[in-house]
Amino acid sequence: MGGTTTIFKREMIGFFFSPVAYIVIALFLIFCGYFFATLLALTQQATLAYSLANTQFILSILAPVITMKLLSEEVRSGTIEMLVTAPVTDFEVVFGKFLAAWFLYLVMLAPTLLYVVFLKWVGDPDMGPIISSYIGLALMGAMFISIGLLMSSLTKSQVVAGVLGIVTLVLLFFIGYAVSDTEVWYAAAFQYIGTYGHWESFTKGLVTTSDVVYYISMTSLCLFITVRIVESRKWR
Amino acid sequence: MIKVENLSKRYADMLAVDDISFEVHEGEVLGFLGPNGAGKSTTMRVLTCFIPATLGFAWVAGYDVFTDSLKVREQIGYLPENVPLYLDMRVNEYLMFRAELKKVPRKDRKSRLGECIERCGVKEVQNQMVGTLSKGYRQRVGLADALINDPKILILDEPTIGLDPNQIRQVRQLIKELGEKHTILLSTHILPEVEMVCGRVIIIDKGKLVANDTPANLLTQLEGGSVLKLQAKGPEKRIAQALKGLAGVTSVLEEAHDGAVKHFMIETGKDRDIREDIFRTFVKNEWVLLEMQKVPVTLEDIFHQLTTKEEVVAVEEESEKSGVGIG
Repeated sequence: MGGTTTIFKREMIGFFFSPVAYIVIALFLIFCGYFFATLLALTQQATLAYSLANTQFILSILAPVITMKLLSEEVRSGTIEMLVTAPVTDFEVVFGKFLAAWFLYLVMLAPTLLYVVFLKWVGDPDMGPIISSYIGLALMGAMFISIGLLMSSLTKSQVVAGVLGIVTLVLLFFIGYAVSDTEVWYAAAFQYIGTYGHWESFTKGLVTTSDVVYYISMTSLCLFITVRIVESRKWR
Repeated sequence: MIKVENLSKRYADMLAVDDISFEVHEGEVLGFLGPNGAGKSTTMRVLTCFIPATLGFAWVAGYDVFTDSLKVREQIGYLPENVPLYLDMRVNEYLMFRAELKKVPRKDRKSRLGECIERCGVKEVQNQMVGTLSKGYRQRVGLADALINDPKILILDEPTIGLDPNQIRQVRQLIKELGEKHTILLSTHILPEVEMVCGRVIIIDKGKLVANDTPANLLTQLEGGSVLKLQAKGPEKRIAQALKGLAGVTSVLEEAHDGAVKHFMIETGKDRDIREDIFRTFVKNEWVLLEMQKVPVTLEDIFHQLTTKEEVVAVEEESEKSGVGIG
């Protein structure tokens, strides 16, 4: 596991050296601030549920931007050769990068805790849904990041990786959203695969096993496939 | 320390390495020579576990590169061909990261870092971003990276490419010093480099091993068959004819004209001194012999001969048809 920590540290340097991390964080906070302020003024309710509900779509777009260069750039610039000829396993490489991106994602969420402080100050918010929302955001982030990382392993181009990630996540969002009120036979399957329904229950204060299992298993699956793809240089 | 047995590597449509076998012994500096695209980098990538072989086996420090890849990677320091480095880190930051990745014990990291920075001459740039460094400095950072875990085996792919003459000299000196403590496999297509730093040479061409010997032995192998350079005045066609007719001459090549002075290159078979015969031929025909010089064989000639055989034959046939005096 030593390799994971080392890769994690290196990627943190990479993130904060490039402007991408700052731009992503700034965009996210601008959107969140806008939703928070307008929805608060509109509803006059001390709740985060509405504004956090809107973050899912923004995160579907921003998470792949965080991850897009993680593996694609290694392959394009050739640094992958230096990396995997050092005594680290492919899993350590992938997992270290995943943790770094997830950490950045959590750092990005952190300032929104100020809204909670603010709500506490002006009103009496129900803390249940707020806490469950943050648990949901963290889990959802892990899944988004792992999907983005998977896309990054598929191509040499950052841009292609980013677009693939965004398309996949937006698709996963709508696949559940579109069938949410219909009763066609495949609706249940689509709803389970899609990200929308799972996230919705967290915003209502529900932390269900089914949703937690969904996020964790999707994350594990994507990381597993990513490791295989990094390994695939050995049998191509 | 390194053992390669019947190794082949096939990419989608081409055979990059074709059934090569060789060994590198402990403490040896082995030069891995070949024209561009001969399969040097591919072989090195197999040895460093970056890509697997299609067929055959390779062991590094006693570990199989395919089944014991992690163990192998702990034993080696590798400098890939184009020295891919993270451009967004400072030199000392990068080397510290590499030391950690290569499992250098925490307490030794600082001292290893200091030593490698000093040895590879990157001290003055240690706080600079790797991305701002020149090619020469990047090459040296790569070398420091290869050395950081004090590996038993160094695999260096074209370590002097892209350096200026002074830097080349420094790096060669460094490799020479390192050769005292480490086993080194070094690829290059620069021949003086091999003569200077390597104890033994293997030459590969189009994926095949064509020679495996010490530089000195390779030289003596060809020394017998030597090359003579002539300058003469007279009818060049007839001179060429006559030279070709001498016993022991394998080829006669007419070189540039210099007014009335004609230049010839004569290749002779092994252990044959035909200088006297040439002299007598000239006297008999009353041609004027201005200069006769024995050209010493260099590693360059051997390399050329071993790696361009087919082309030379083709050229000779071609010129025979057009009748431009080649024997």
